[in-house]
Amino acid sequence: MSFEQIKKSLLVSLWFMVLTFPIMVIRVNTIYHTVEWRWHRMFGVGISVFVLSFLWRYLMGRKEAGLKRKDRGEADILSRSQKLLHEPRFTRPAVIMAGAFIIAFPFIFSIYQTNIMITALIYVVTGLGLNIVVGLAGLLDLGYVAFYAVGAYSYALLNYHFGVGFWIALPIGGGIGMLFGILLGFPVLRLRGDYLAIVTLGFGEIIRLVLENWNAFSFGPSGIANIPRPGLFGVDFSLREATIYIYFLMIALALFTVFVVRRLQNSRIGRAWIALREDETACQAMGIDKTKTKLSAFAMGATWAGMAGVVFAAKTTFINPASFTIWESIIILCVVVLGGMGSAIGVIIGALVLILLPEYLRAFSEYRMLLFGAILVIMMVFRPGGVVSEVRQTYQFKGKGD
Amino acid sequence: MLRLRNIDAFYGKIQALHDVSMDVEHGEIITLIGANGAGKTTTLMCICGIVPPQSGEIYFMEKSIRNMNPHEIVSLGICQVPEGRRIFPFLTVTENLDMGAFLRSDTAEIKKDMDYIYSLFPILAERRHQSGGTLSGGEQQMLAISRAIMSRPRMLLMDEPSLGLAPLFVKQIFHIIRQINEENQTPIFLVEQNANMALKVAHRGYVMENGRIRLADTAANLLENEEIKKAYLGL
Repeated sequence: MSFEQIKKSLLVSLWFMVLTFPIMVIRVNTIYHTVEWRWHRMFGVGISVFVLSFLWRYLMGRKEAGLKRKDRGEADILSRSQKLLHEPRFTRPAVIMAGAFIIAFPFIFSIYQTNIMITALIYVVTGLGLNIVVGLAGLLDLGYVAFYAVGAYSYALLNYHFGVGFWIALPIGGGIGMLFGILLGFPVLRLRGDYLAIVTLGFGEIIRLVLENWNAFSFGPSGIANIPRPGLFGVDFSLREATIYIYFLMIALALFTVFVVRRLQNSRIGRAWIALREDETACQAMGIDKTKTKLSAFAMGATWAGMAGVVFAAKTTFINPASFTIWESIIILCVVVLGGMGSAIGVIIGALVLILLPEYLRAFSEYRMLLFGAILVIMMVFRPGGVVSEVRQTYQFKGKGD
Repeated sequence: MLRLRNIDAFYGKIQALHDVSMDVEHGEIITLIGANGAGKTTTLMCICGIVPPQSGEIYFMEKSIRNMNPHEIVSLGICQVPEGRRIFPFLTVTENLDMGAFLRSDTAEIKKDMDYIYSLFPILAERRHQSGGTLSGGEQQMLAISRAIMSRPRMLLMDEPSLGLAPLFVKQIFHIIRQINEENQTPIFLVEQNANMALKVAHRGYVMENGRIRLADTAANLLENEEIKKAYLGL
């Protein structure tokens, strides 16, 4: 701990004390017209920032040392978390324990906890869907929530007008999501990168605004209420039973999604998506139909969003356009980026962290979002590739040489 | 086999190709040489359908391909080895090769071809599970050529395969080009700046200047041509 470092930390803490002075120290009492000076808080800020800046420097130093080791080739290509995922001694008991925990969860915890978990699982499914579009095909889609809304509204409206049940609506919702994916994808997919992001952002907002203003069709901002929960051969569930039922349904849907995404990822079309992300011209030279491949990724992602939307409508029994704002798109994108693009396990962890964290941080009341933001920033500094960075199963070919 | 007739091509308002006509026959290696910006790559892009020509006709096996999409042209059997290699850096060597066979579905034959390529390039066999980006320039060029062969092309188009390679690798690449041509009778359309090497390996050559074909002759004659010697061979 050199003098130079102490000086730096002192400057940082001084800077923070000045910066937070108006909100941390001054409190104006508007009833008695007095000003309260809470100097002890300023010292609190100063000391904690001083300590934190040392901690920060220590961690950054460690990170750089790690990078240097990597440069010298001492570290393996696989990081520690990836190694852990490939060690059967560790993974087998972990999978069994996780399985037992998942099955026991709704019976141990309250209905409130189960509901939060269902929300997290919906984000797992949408995250995995968006992962196809963003992680594999490299198309930055900021209007993903539009397809989620399409799924939710297709169930709500089909039920309202025709009395269609949940189980029939689930594939229909997925199908309509896919249809919208293709419809929106056609004009949009000739754009690249930032331009694509802006246009998809616009499309997401258009869908929301249409739902908000077309009263005759979608009942506008008042939304649609009394959407039935999913049924099981006409059995009447109590609220608790229905929640547990939806919970297991979401677990099944999430597992199914993971299965499909993994199969896709290791198929030729999955590799074509990755190839397209890397080099479009080379793909054309290989005879890959650029438009069709991109469109298939877009439609695939939209299908999962549509299905998740149907479950969402069934779970909340009430939907209105306020549930499908741009903020949702960004959260789903955060799930994918934070978890690790292209990695299914990463996306699951990302969804659980991002959705459960704000819920359990409620104890910190008004500082909740501040802490949430800080955690996001710290994550991106120390693990820029996400919690679990992409580990692809590579295509192995056994020929004469093996 | 491949016939270009009076091709004009534009980039915006700038005309890149003026009235270009050329032929590639079965089993031939044809080279197109010329200075930077002469229109060599544009000619290739026209054949591949990436830059559509404004007028003129392109026939492949007596069929007009002028208004086709790039992937349709590839499915007819015209495969390109793009300039600057353009392999997929995050896919492994094997996966890169498999992408070359994207339009084929005969699994057994694909495996056979992969074995053939590994026998042709033992170094690629050694690195089959390595990602493409970790290969050296020469190895990447081998991979790019192999990837094109994986599509079982009726005709190969190569854009500057010697670009940025060490002299030893350049020699090897040209050796391979000749070998591919002799073994399968695959016609090869070779665009090169390394005129000396290209003319040595080719049967016939075209010389391009400012978007026009200046000269067309056998490779041997072009190598002896005084003008060519001065302008392109540096003799």
